Amino acid sequence: MSAVNTSHSSADAHAHDEHDHHDLPWIRQYVFSEDHKYIAKQYLVSGIIWAIIGGLLSVLFRIQLGFPDADLTWLKPLLGEWIQNGKLDPEFYLALVTMHGTIMVFFVLTAGLSGTFSNFLIPLQIGARDMASGFLNMISYWLFFLSSVVMMISLFIKTGPASGGWVIYPPLSALPQAVNGSGLGMTLWLVAMVFFVASTLMGGLNYVTTVINLRTKGMTFTRLPLTIWAFFITAIIGILSFPVLVSAVLLLIFDRGFGTSFFLSEIYIGGEALHHEGGSPVLFQHLFWFLGHPEVYIVVIPALGITSEIVATNSRKPIFGYKAMIFSIVAIAFLSFIVWAHHMFVTGMNPFLGSIFMFLTLIIAVPSAVKGFNYIATLWKGNIIFTPAMLFSIGLVSFFLSGGLTGIVLGNSAADIQLHDTYFVVAHFHIVMGSASFFGMLAGVYHWFPKMFGRMMDEKLGYIHFWLTFIGVYLIFFPMHYIGIAGFPRRYYSWTGFDAFNTFTDLNEFISIAAIIVFAAQFIFIFNFFYSMFRGRVSTLNPWKSNTLEWTTPINPGHGNWPGAIPHVYRWPYDYSKPGAADDFIPQTVPFSATPESNFPHEKDEH
Amino acid sequence: MTSVIIIVAIALILSILYLIFRIGVLSNVMKGRYQKIVGTSNTVNSFLFIVVFVTGILAFYLSFMSAREHFLPEAASAHGVRTDLLFWVIMAVLTLAFLITHAVLYFFPFMYRFKEGNKAYFYPDNHTIERIWTIVPAIIMAGFVVYGYKEWSAITSPAPQGSEVIEVMGKQFAWQVRYPGADGKLGKYHYRKIDAINEFGIDFNDSASFDDFVPMELHLPKGKNVHLQIRSRDVIHSVFLPHFRVKMDAVPGMPTTFWFTPTISTAEMREITKNPEFNYELACTEVCGRGHYAMRFLVIVDEPADYEKWKASQKTWASLNAEYVATKAPKALQDLYLKEFLPSAGVVDTTIAAPIADTAKVAAVSTHDAHR
Repeated sequence: MSAVNTSHSSADAHAHDEHDHHDLPWIRQYVFSEDHKYIAKQYLVSGIIWAIIGGLLSVLFRIQLGFPDADLTWLKPLLGEWIQNGKLDPEFYLALVTMHGTIMVFFVLTAGLSGTFSNFLIPLQIGARDMASGFLNMISYWLFFLSSVVMMISLFIKTGPASGGWVIYPPLSALPQAVNGSGLGMTLWLVAMVFFVASTLMGGLNYVTTVINLRTKGMTFTRLPLTIWAFFITAIIGILSFPVLVSAVLLLIFDRGFGTSFFLSEIYIGGEALHHEGGSPVLFQHLFWFLGHPEVYIVVIPALGITSEIVATNSRKPIFGYKAMIFSIVAIAFLSFIVWAHHMFVTGMNPFLGSIFMFLTLIIAVPSAVKGFNYIATLWKGNIIFTPAMLFSIGLVSFFLSGGLTGIVLGNSAADIQLHDTYFVVAHFHIVMGSASFFGMLAGVYHWFPKMFGRMMDEKLGYIHFWLTFIGVYLIFFPMHYIGIAGFPRRYYSWTGFDAFNTFTDLNEFISIAAIIVFAAQFIFIFNFFYSMFRGRVSTLNPWKSNTLEWTTPINPGHGNWPGAIPHVYRWPYDYSKPGAADDFIPQTVPFSATPESNFPHEKDEH
Repeated sequence: MTSVIIIVAIALILSILYLIFRIGVLSNVMKGRYQKIVGTSNTVNSFLFIVVFVTGILAFYLSFMSAREHFLPEAASAHGVRTDLLFWVIMAVLTLAFLITHAVLYFFPFMYRFKEGNKAYFYPDNHTIERIWTIVPAIIMAGFVVYGYKEWSAITSPAPQGSEVIEVMGKQFAWQVRYPGADGKLGKYHYRKIDAINEFGIDFNDSASFDDFVPMELHLPKGKNVHLQIRSRDVIHSVFLPHFRVKMDAVPGMPTTFWFTPTISTAEMREITKNPEFNYELACTEVCGRGHYAMRFLVIVDEPADYEKWKASQKTWASLNAEYVATKAPKALQDLYLKEFLPSAGVVDTTIAAPIADTAKVAAVSTHDAHR
């Protein structure tokens, strides 16, 4: 309980914190830091680096898909042996697709998004001096770093990185005879994922403990900003689902290295019959998607939380249906555990299971729709200020709606027979989970940059970045629906071998060009980010006139966040434009007794 | 040399961009634009939402119209027509929802952009509205579930009696098909019996194996139920017959099935598509390695009479590989089925077995390398 006591500590404890801060050797301050704000920045910069790599990989395979006849000799300095006679190696193409997925889903949108914003915002928005365990938090980042190093190494080995798709279905991922990437590359992938999951668990346990135990006085659960609700629920999903991935990974390691037959059965490959009998490749898929599906919500829920906060602040209105927003997050989180098999309608699974999973899957559309409507209702009759963060948030709502809608047709097992593993699926999840989460992350960076670095990012560059990316994302992924309806399968190196798929060459070229432009546009952001870190305008205390607690800290908060006592909370975080109030926002720290002019009859301070 | 010039040029362009940016920032500071909470950009941004919406919807319409000609032709199977209808009915509802939500989502930012002196409307919730927009999607979803469930259970119901049974086997990187022959029964198989000649691992202890035949194309009878028995012998593949709206994974160690009814013959489809070269195809849709994109197999739908004629003209696998079968099958069965095909009927030549084992390895390696 000592942790709880510190959170409500007096000025004495604070003096002690500040003292610590100055005494720390630089390695504890800048490398092995236990300060949640610094760890968040470490996650953010790691995430940005991974995003550039993941994006670059996608540009490489888009070049192959958009310009199948092009001479790629000019890529030889970068790719070396993977370019043979001016052509990309087909196995390396698969490796690119696999690593793009792995990097984006896990390293960017899980670690980069949750890692950054859960760490940064949870203590600041609930009024805590730091995470429940700063030490565990530090370990969490460095396990992620270790995992990153291992994954990075796999990109440079001779047999290439894992290449069986990010879902690593065995037997392909279990047998080096089947594809070169399933040799050392796959081993490194599996090792990296074990470290990654350990990191995620430590992070998640910390987030949950901190939210439950370290809220400041008055910060009840119904006064938590939606960001915190989102991070809290996300952490719980992660804790419950990631270990299942480890069990799948572990069994796969046994099958690969120790001759067990969990996932392998009756295989004849490379001129010999293997000894494995009685295993089930479909079992792996069940285990994988038991994490894999909640994982897409691990990725998107924090983005939804972040944007709820930003949309309310910049519409100068309370978020519409605060409680409904919480219930939807909880409902989505619960349902996310019982829909996994909709990824497996045509795996030969019992068709009756297919019907059950179709039913459960379509239920998710209801809380998701509620969220979409609530966002729109929040914009209604607002007084909207378009900061770059606000633009990206509106972009997220657009992606969440359009990508979510196509999920409804994919969730229908009968319609999914034709659409499964076509570009329709690629279009769907890149919009609803990939782009939406990316936009949530970018919105978060633009919004909380002043709190992170004490300076403002350049708005004009932010606007250019937004419009290029927003329009670009639709130009990339909207046409992919057409290609999917035409039946084009995923993970194809080339389609020209089939009469049925020998069309749409222009459209594929168009998509590739759009992808390259969007990738290039991200460097506007990267320039803005690093430039503003050192030369941006100095921020004011509360640049967005926001209600939440983080804006009551100094411009550059030290270790411990508040120089004096931690402020108390008296109201929910969404008192924007309250009738009768002089200003259009009332921070959570203002007691009702100070605002008699705007109080509703039921609003009184409790004592 | 050229690369040096390119690098210098890029550096030059970047530094010019940087200077423009700096000058812009400084002039904004001079003009005091940063003092205002909200500048002209706010109006520009809000207006851009309208521009993007209007051009976006126009682009949506035009691109859809031009993409349509490349969509697959009408479904060539009985269930495919119904799942296509299901798809387009759902898509129509979704498109409507997409248009309505996006119209609102893009117009509100414009209508309610910041105006000096305005105050936003404090409107934290409204239970009636929230109930409505929870219940309406729930009803629509329930409709989709019922509709989808009806189709799904019909498609996945057990294959009707008397269906044409055909085995489809995936391997790296080709499809192979096996027909049961005159007895209508596929012979047993076991993966340990696979070698370079006997790719299916057909078990010749089973008399049903002797009349099975293994053609180089998948022939289907128009108007008859076809029951595919799907399996894989190495990694997971997926049978995808795009024109028939058929897809089912081929899983090693776990045979799967899919039954459907082809309704349009190849000749008829050539007329419908006005393409005399048109052919149905079988593709793989589960990533299976280097040659995943090249697992094309020709599919032909015949009129029932032509189909029977074609079937009758096929030689059994056992007769084409009589000497191989002679080393595998029990003597009694050989006498029964293979007499006419073997040069020395009934006499098992033990010397055949050894070279076969060798060729098995060589052939396996060469098929593996063929795709490199």
